[in-house]
Amino acid sequence: MQILEGIPVSPGVAIGEVVVIDNEGFRIPTRFVTRDAVDDELLRMQHAFDSVAADISRNQTRISNQLGQQYGAIFAAHLQMLQDPTLVNEVTSMITAKHHSAEYAVSKTLRRYAKIFQELDDHYMAERAHDFFDLEKNLLGKLLGRRRESLSKISTPAIVLAHNLTPSETAKLDPRFVLGFATEVGGPSSHTAIVAKGLEIPAVVGTGHFLTDVSGGDVVIVDGDHGQVVLNPDDKTLRRYQEELEQHRSLAAELSVLRDLPAETKDGVRIQLGANIEFPHEVNACRERGADGIGLYRTEFLYLGADEEPTEEDHYRAYAHVIQSMDNRQVVFRTLDLGADKLGQLPRHEEENNPFLGVRSIRLSLRNLDLFRVQLRALIRASALGPVRVMFPMIATLQELRQAKMLLIDTMEDLIEDGYELEEKLEIGIMVEVPSAVLMLDKFLKEVDFVSIGTNDLIQYCLAVDRSNKDVANLYRASDPAVLRLIQSTILQSAEFGVPVNLCGEMSTSPKYVPLLLGLGLRSLSVPPSSVPEIKQVCRSVSIKQCEEIAERVMHLESAFEVDAYLTDQLRQIFPELAI
Amino acid sequence: MSSEIRTKSVTISNEEGLHARPASLFAQIANQFNSQISVTRGEESVDGKSILSILTLGATQGVRLIIRAEGTDADLAVQQLSQLVESGFDE
Repeated sequence: MQILEGIPVSPGVAIGEVVVIDNEGFRIPTRFVTRDAVDDELLRMQHAFDSVAADISRNQTRISNQLGQQYGAIFAAHLQMLQDPTLVNEVTSMITAKHHSAEYAVSKTLRRYAKIFQELDDHYMAERAHDFFDLEKNLLGKLLGRRRESLSKISTPAIVLAHNLTPSETAKLDPRFVLGFATEVGGPSSHTAIVAKGLEIPAVVGTGHFLTDVSGGDVVIVDGDHGQVVLNPDDKTLRRYQEELEQHRSLAAELSVLRDLPAETKDGVRIQLGANIEFPHEVNACRERGADGIGLYRTEFLYLGADEEPTEEDHYRAYAHVIQSMDNRQVVFRTLDLGADKLGQLPRHEEENNPFLGVRSIRLSLRNLDLFRVQLRALIRASALGPVRVMFPMIATLQELRQAKMLLIDTMEDLIEDGYELEEKLEIGIMVEVPSAVLMLDKFLKEVDFVSIGTNDLIQYCLAVDRSNKDVANLYRASDPAVLRLIQSTILQSAEFGVPVNLCGEMSTSPKYVPLLLGLGLRSLSVPPSSVPEIKQVCRSVSIKQCEEIAERVMHLESAFEVDAYLTDQLRQIFPELAI
Repeated sequence: MSSEIRTKSVTISNEEGLHARPASLFAQIANQFNSQISVTRGEESVDGKSILSILTLGATQGVRLIIRAEGTDADLAVQQLSQLVESGFDE
């Protein structure tokens, strides 16, 4: 048994067999083979080498005939590399001496060579690393044959382990078969983490290297509540987790009776409790859990799941499905909120030193108007189907808001010219997630119909902390008094202007912050569908008077630590089962 | 026939250095000899018959290498291989 500590990014516990996915999306089924199987592995390896060599020779002949000898010569070099005794000996000895599987030995050895080349100073030489990745891919292709599985094809329940899962890989996971996942790298506010939460799959990231310690088929526990990954658990641990899994289920059953009850405080104040979603299919979860609407619909998945830029119709279909499924309950759409690095379809931007301070989110949209216009057209068209709000993310200046609004109005006029029948008015708002927006809020409030506080970014920009950097992650606290002042100021100013304010960050997912937020005057929250019952229960267990007393006290505290300790204590009194 | 040792220092003259195709040529020719052949750059010595090992030297234009052969045909091996390098691999 081995226990790894990581960052919990999506709650719950999953127990199951492992599927290991390597960087290229290949699934390497096992890293080790039994002593008896060594001879078979050597045969498989030899066979793969011969087979790739034959392919290369065929290509060489074909290219030489088509383009001439000198073009075929590069294949001769590949062939020589493949048949190089140094390489063959290295792979062979990994299998015979360390009992590695042929796949693993091939991958490890060729990547080592690729790395040597990548590190060479010379640009031309560095490019040769591709030759090795190429050979690796070909060899793995032969070795894995039909057993090669891509993420989307996982068809039996399993826990996915990987060095890193890209957002698009995560988006392709089928939650029916993926019980949970753990990755060696990654941070808590990474897109992957948010997607995992959306899919309600327990997940732990940033555990450090462990893939060499597991093989496909091993049993693993992913504890998304405590950020632990248990490799090959002993019987006692396994039993303990199975019991915990049982408790999770019974608490969920207990909370499910709340579905048709309103999120209303003991003294009769109605709280709007919306849900945050990522994928259209999550509307089912929203309805099952009794959410008042969609408080945040992240639209990124359309860009991430596909290799090509989504068309207006792709957007429209997804949006229409969500709006129609919500039966006249409000849906708040957030326009594209991604960094340029995440969008394969755009021309490559220059490498950014600080992507979170770079071209992302609304900045990206305003620089790629063609891309933005497609999304806005679909949004405006879909707004005819039900109550819709449009929200621009990461607004830092008034100019950005005005540009975005202007584009929206322009697009609306285009659509009317094209003959579409549209609602006269579309409600427009901003995410308050850059401190400058809070400082300038009185100006913004005159130009928007609503605002929504995005705590994840607000905390990061207010405290200058990158949460995925483990050396400073402890500074990232929603309960930091400076963050709380920004939130309080936003709520008070919005109330003054009569503009509705919502909070849709991760902060509202934690039950202990709910009394504080209500006490600060917030009446609208949006949380992941899985958290709706829990948060509703908290709302129904408190009175506004009680919350205001809590807020009054908290706003005098001087550190995140004191705030957290006090709020945990309060929650224990209000709703003991939820206090962690 | 007696075993002999021959060494010769050469400079990479072709523009792209000892990349895949030249390294391939080098190893191919080296493999035609019985002698053990090594190539040394600075402190690093590698098997002259292994294309991978030659490539890992990362020898770019202007780099000095020492070709060393030990065996019955060492003289001819060093002569042919150094000629190949100095001719810029006929590029």
